Amino acid sequence: MNVSVKPGKLIKGQTGDWEVVIGMEVHAQVTSKSKLFSGASTEFGGEPNSHVSLVDAAMPGMLPVINEECVRQAVRTGLGLNAKINLRSVFDRKNYFYADSPQGYQISQYKSPIVGEGEVTVELDGGKTATIGIERLHLEQDAGKLLHDQSPTMSYVDLNRCGVALMEIVSKPDIRDAEQAKAYVTKLRSILRYLGTCDGDMEKGSLRADVNVSVRKPGGPLGTRCEIKNMNSINFIGQAIEYEARRQIEIIEDGGSIDQETRLFDPNKGETRSMRSKEEAHDYRYFPDPDLLPLEFTQAYIDELKAHLPELPDQKKARFIESLGLSPYDAGVLVAERESAVFYETVLAGLADKARDGKLAANWVINELFGRLNKEGHDITDSPVSAAQLAAIVGLIGEGTISGKIAKDLFEIVWTEGGDPRELVESRGMKQVTDLGAIEKVVDDIIAANPDKVAQAKARPQLAAWFVGQVMKQSGGKANPQAVNDLLKAKLGI
Amino acid sequence: MTDLTSLTIAEAREGLASKSFTSLELTDAHLAAIEAARSLNAFVLETPDKARDMARAVDARIAKGEGGPLAGIPLGIKDLFATRDVRTTACSKILGNFVPPYESTVTSQLWRDGAVMLGKLNNDEFAMGSSNETSCFGPVVNPWRREGSNTALVPGGSSGGSASAVAALLCMGATATDTGGSIRQPAAFTATVGVKPTYGRCSRWGIVAFASSLDQAGPIARTTRDAAILMRSMAGHDPKDTTSVDRAVPDYEAAIGKSVKGMKIGIPKEYRLDGMPAEIEKLWTEGAAWLKAAGAELVEVSLPHTKYALPAYYIVAPAEASSNLARYDGVRYGLRVPGRNIGELYEGTRAEGFGDEVRRRVMIGTYVLSAGYYDAYYLRAQKVRTLIKKDFEDCFARGVNAILTPATPSAAFGVGEKGGADPVEMYLNDIFTVTVNMAGLPGIAVPAGKDAQGLPLGLQLIGRPFDEETLFSLGEVVEQAAGRFTPTRWW
Repeated sequence: MNVSVKPGKLIKGQTGDWEVVIGMEVHAQVTSKSKLFSGASTEFGGEPNSHVSLVDAAMPGMLPVINEECVRQAVRTGLGLNAKINLRSVFDRKNYFYADSPQGYQISQYKSPIVGEGEVTVELDGGKTATIGIERLHLEQDAGKLLHDQSPTMSYVDLNRCGVALMEIVSKPDIRDAEQAKAYVTKLRSILRYLGTCDGDMEKGSLRADVNVSVRKPGGPLGTRCEIKNMNSINFIGQAIEYEARRQIEIIEDGGSIDQETRLFDPNKGETRSMRSKEEAHDYRYFPDPDLLPLEFTQAYIDELKAHLPELPDQKKARFIESLGLSPYDAGVLVAERESAVFYETVLAGLADKARDGKLAANWVINELFGRLNKEGHDITDSPVSAAQLAAIVGLIGEGTISGKIAKDLFEIVWTEGGDPRELVESRGMKQVTDLGAIEKVVDDIIAANPDKVAQAKARPQLAAWFVGQVMKQSGGKANPQAVNDLLKAKLGI
Repeated sequence: MTDLTSLTIAEAREGLASKSFTSLELTDAHLAAIEAARSLNAFVLETPDKARDMARAVDARIAKGEGGPLAGIPLGIKDLFATRDVRTTACSKILGNFVPPYESTVTSQLWRDGAVMLGKLNNDEFAMGSSNETSCFGPVVNPWRREGSNTALVPGGSSGGSASAVAALLCMGATATDTGGSIRQPAAFTATVGVKPTYGRCSRWGIVAFASSLDQAGPIARTTRDAAILMRSMAGHDPKDTTSVDRAVPDYEAAIGKSVKGMKIGIPKEYRLDGMPAEIEKLWTEGAAWLKAAGAELVEVSLPHTKYALPAYYIVAPAEASSNLARYDGVRYGLRVPGRNIGELYEGTRAEGFGDEVRRRVMIGTYVLSAGYYDAYYLRAQKVRTLIKKDFEDCFARGVNAILTPATPSAAFGVGEKGGADPVEMYLNDIFTVTVNMAGLPGIAVPAGKDAQGLPLGLQLIGRPFDEETLFSLGEVVEQAAGRFTPTRWW
């Protein structure tokens, strides 16, 4: 696949500009009830070692059996990344000793991964986009967890997570700065969540990234890279890249050279530090796992999964722009999080006239609702104003029953007190006055009481706005602004 | 009641069905025989209480007419098979007193069919060996001796305990496993019948792994019929073992006595080794003659890559073993030698827990998989393996039904006699058997005669994939012609 790499933000050093080259390995925990090769539960937060099967604990004579749901999820993810699905892939053993790996090896995929090359389009600031190439996606087992704080002399092992399916998604080195890197992880997370193949919960460790960073003079040969391991926050990824790039530039500009190594990011200090050098790197002695047959499936199986994929963020965004006339920015905001898109679409479903009010609904979701949710620390999933309530408010505006200004009051009432917006409009007399007779009377009264203003307005028609304000004030904001305008124009002869 | 131990499974089945004796009586007779034969060191764990409980339970079932195909038959279980609540060690110190909370699929099928467990049988540590001398419980002694000699002989390995116990009438049959010859070579050394089924025929679930792509469980018994009876219970698809094959299990016993007329028997010229003892050569010719007399047609065949099989095997098997044995690390079960850190714990535990041969193979396996050596060794060995498989396929494609070879290049040798200075000397024992594992084919070893010193010798028949039935038919012909061989009791 030919991907045109978007130039990133260059970093100024003493010797001129430097370009950062970034590639990422994202580990995404597969959403499945049981583990990749055992029937043990994948549920988060159980008592230590309560979700461990004989296979997970690597008891003598135990054998792995592939969980087909995990395979299905990996294929669906591959399809969501516009990637090539390999009809045959092989599980390999990655051999290393560590107490969090009971088998003494991790079952992974080395030479023949389940998913090959693909690509992801990411949104950058200012409405720009970049395309990041995907090198591969493979399935592998997660490791257990070591607990170092249970005893002064011993470490304990919790195998609950051991054997849970991970998808390792490897990007091409197409990322050029911290912003692109953050946008890439954000987009990847969004796609996974739309697909329902990973919950994307970075706090729980469901999504983690290893970030490979190197620097070079723009267009020059690639530099030596360092890998920053196990990043579990999008902001930290950005910080770590910024720090690491500057660290490397300083070393090179001081006449030194970069050692290929694995590093860790310390979020408290905002620094990366060395974890192990290339010399200490493991020889994993990969070889095909003789306990497992190669994974083989037909094109029909893939086609079937493809036919049932949900609408993904890019498609949804395009549809919002095309069929509802949303701006690319608004559409982008709405689709970024799956829950936001679901909420917006539920609002749409509650509208009587989507073509008329779809755009208005988007404004209300993005500006009024998101603004308020952010301010009060709420999440879209626990919004005090439901999608149906918001649809009713937007509908009332669209059909002209209330003005935008009254709508804000109504929103406030619904937010704090709840209730059916239509009933509230009735019971609290918030209905917009469209009775021309009633409005006309108010207009006439104001014109009669302010002859000087009338003269001024006739000379400078934009001063008519003062009359609009007066009419709205007197009507308690309920007069239909369009009707007021029309009447004033006629009466003032402007 | 001592006579009961000399019955075959088929005969005991009759006796139990006709209520001539009970399973408890049969079991007690064997328990007594085991006790009297401790000098053979065949059993590493006797389970008399469990055996009697099982026998009583099955007697009750028989009384109600509900006994299964193996109802009341006392068996020995190689210590590589996990047995629930019964210590399972693979005869390695590293497993210590490991008691699995689960039962291997193969043994659970035996119990399902009514068999009775007498105890756990000795084997080479992690099934690595050809003489049963690498066991942490010490060597097994062959019930056979050279005429006029008291020299202790090995029963072969790795299923030496199984072969020795079956030959010495300590159990009516035994489970065994075969990775490079571990069923067939000890069977040949003890005048018993050993079957290595097609790879995938029996589940590997619950069997301590040595080399996963080669390991296969099978029976050792005193007759081909008995082996066929056991096979039917041991075989079958297991969803817990992805490499097991979903294919109906035939009534193997029905193949016993079936005519072999018109079958094409291949005689591979590459198995005619330089310096092969004349007795082996003679036995092979004799075996071929018996099959011919029974109506089979003999054809010379070529398996050109045979000579590469042993070296390739000693790359593939250790490679897999080095990875399979990584789980014995002192963290979760078995032996733990404490250390100041995890590295020391691993090193101390594995140095203390593994014997020399296991350590040697783990090191070989680690080496051949290492960066820079993988292509030269492991990958090349896999290519050789493909060629070996193709040799057999070509042969079967030409209409050959089975291939006849000697089972071993010699008869049983003395304890401590081989491999002390050069492990390859020991490895050469498997020269006729490893090809079968490399190709995933079924093989049977049948007693066929004795050497000049009165020690038993066996012939091997190699079959088409999943055609164990033909092997039973042919094995029966050899058995009928050669007669049965029983060691004289000295223990």
